[in-house]
Amino acid sequence: MKPEGKKRIWSEYQKDIADDKFYFVRSCIRQTFFPGSDTTFLKILREVLGKDVYENPDHTTCTGIGYHTEVVPFPTIQTVVARNFALMREKGYVNYTPSCVTSFGIYTEILETWHHFPEEKEKTRGYLKKATGREFEEPENLAHTSDVLYKFRNEIAAKAKYKLINKHTGKPLKVVDHIGCHYAKMFPSKGVGGAEYPQVLAGLVEAFGGEVIDYPERRHCCGFGFRQYFVQANRGYSISASKKKFESMEPFQPDFIITNCPGCNYFMDRWQYALGEMEGKTYGQNGEGIPVLTYEEVAGLVLGFDPWEMGMQMHQTDVEPLLRKMGVEYDPDKKYKGPNGEDLGKPMSPRFVKENA
Amino acid sequence: MGKLFDRLNSDVRFVEGINGCINCGTCTAICPAAEVYDYEPRTIANLVQMRDDNVIEELLKSDTIWYCGECMSCKTRCPRNNAPGLLIQALRGLSIETGLFVESEKGRQQLSLKRMLGNSILETGYCVHFDHTELSMFPELGPVWQWVRDNREKVLAKVGANYNGLGPGAMRKISKENLDELEKIFEVTGGMEWFEKIESDSARKAAEMGLEKGDATDKKSEYFTHVYKHNNAEKHRRK
Repeated sequence: MKPEGKKRIWSEYQKDIADDKFYFVRSCIRQTFFPGSDTTFLKILREVLGKDVYENPDHTTCTGIGYHTEVVPFPTIQTVVARNFALMREKGYVNYTPSCVTSFGIYTEILETWHHFPEEKEKTRGYLKKATGREFEEPENLAHTSDVLYKFRNEIAAKAKYKLINKHTGKPLKVVDHIGCHYAKMFPSKGVGGAEYPQVLAGLVEAFGGEVIDYPERRHCCGFGFRQYFVQANRGYSISASKKKFESMEPFQPDFIITNCPGCNYFMDRWQYALGEMEGKTYGQNGEGIPVLTYEEVAGLVLGFDPWEMGMQMHQTDVEPLLRKMGVEYDPDKKYKGPNGEDLGKPMSPRFVKENA
Repeated sequence: MGKLFDRLNSDVRFVEGINGCINCGTCTAICPAAEVYDYEPRTIANLVQMRDDNVIEELLKSDTIWYCGECMSCKTRCPRNNAPGLLIQALRGLSIETGLFVESEKGRQQLSLKRMLGNSILETGYCVHFDHTELSMFPELGPVWQWVRDNREKVLAKVGANYNGLGPGAMRKISKENLDELEKIFEVTGGMEWFEKIESDSARKAAEMGLEKGDATDKKSEYFTHVYKHNNAEKHRRK
């Protein structure tokens, strides 16, 4: 019997995610601003779930940010991507797992381009051979790292030390999920749940006991806009988009925001600080900001990992209000210490967004 | 040179991006750029399907094609499966190829992007590198980032990164052999020529504007600073 209605629609947006033997590739933004999240992903996959994850130090940027700022032309990025695919096959892996949503969009777009325009693929094959002597094959499976954690959400939940429950009220924490635009807006069938009803983060939050907020601007872009952020003259575009989202989510009093895109995490974290400095406005409770977490950090907290070893002290918007709500056991004095407990001083406090209110 | 429309139509992204726009305006309703700029993706789709070279040339010289953020929200909801964002990518590419990008304020920003991102790709193997994230360029990075930068070796080691180290890991140093392959790809595929085109057309424009351009790595020259910071807010504001 054919599935009907919502079941049929939902079945169209289930994606195939590899089960093991992942070929992991880094993100320029993720590794720079949230490097502990990469560490956490690898720790969960290898140590908690016992999976094989390989990282080849020879891979480079996909050049996606350059492509989306028109600094890198299309034939060039196709060839860089082909080189990264070639490196994977040379190591005997077939499941390509990028940690960047821009990259995930790039890989998806290029695979679709090669499918619809085989001459582009042949041209790329020639360029790669001429430039590097290498040959490539497409991956058998392409999944973003958030897809992978989504796939194993129930296994992670089964080993959880904490839940996304407010320990003072016993109620589920209220969570805003924000999906990077390039995860599924271009190719909805390539994301879990598609572009309109993405499940990749909502499924994770619900598996860990939290409650997802459905607010009006849930699908609006964070405002990165590539050139609209990198060029200082254009940054009004970027901060305006985030502000629109904060104002829309504020009445629902979210306990935290979870994102699956390195850029979105950066912007939703930093623009709260900038809006505080510019307008004296804060969006969290008690004059605090709304903590903005990566999906790796959320899974790591649930598993009982140390927040400072996951790099959560690198966020501008303080995460401690959330740690206290979850009842996480952590040492606030270690927040700004070095790896051997050495004193590294403290960052200056922002003028408006409160810390530890 | 060929007709401008034919050149646009030779870009597969252009072919994919337009299937006959019915002017419904859904893309404009959802567009983040349309909220802050005098910009409508619907108009872009409508204009290019006229196939008129004069109209296309005006677009290539305009600020309009540089307002889009390439978020591709327009693609999701178009009932005809058009993607104005892809049309924008093809138009911007042609604007650079024809050198017309320097005729608009927003197009001229291309020089700063090439020097920040393009140079970084070839020098480090990353679009964005930790060492290039100065608060003077990006003040919103905030005081916590300043603390991270001041204590980079220890903070990054604590969170498991391999900052400028050999082997795998976050922020690892990409070897010379790999950077050489990347550069060769740029040479073979036209990426290097693209960089040179941005530099040389910008040099011509800088001379015309009486601004010192600096060498291809200069991020402090008069022209770089001007295109990076100058914003004619009255002109670009949504009317």
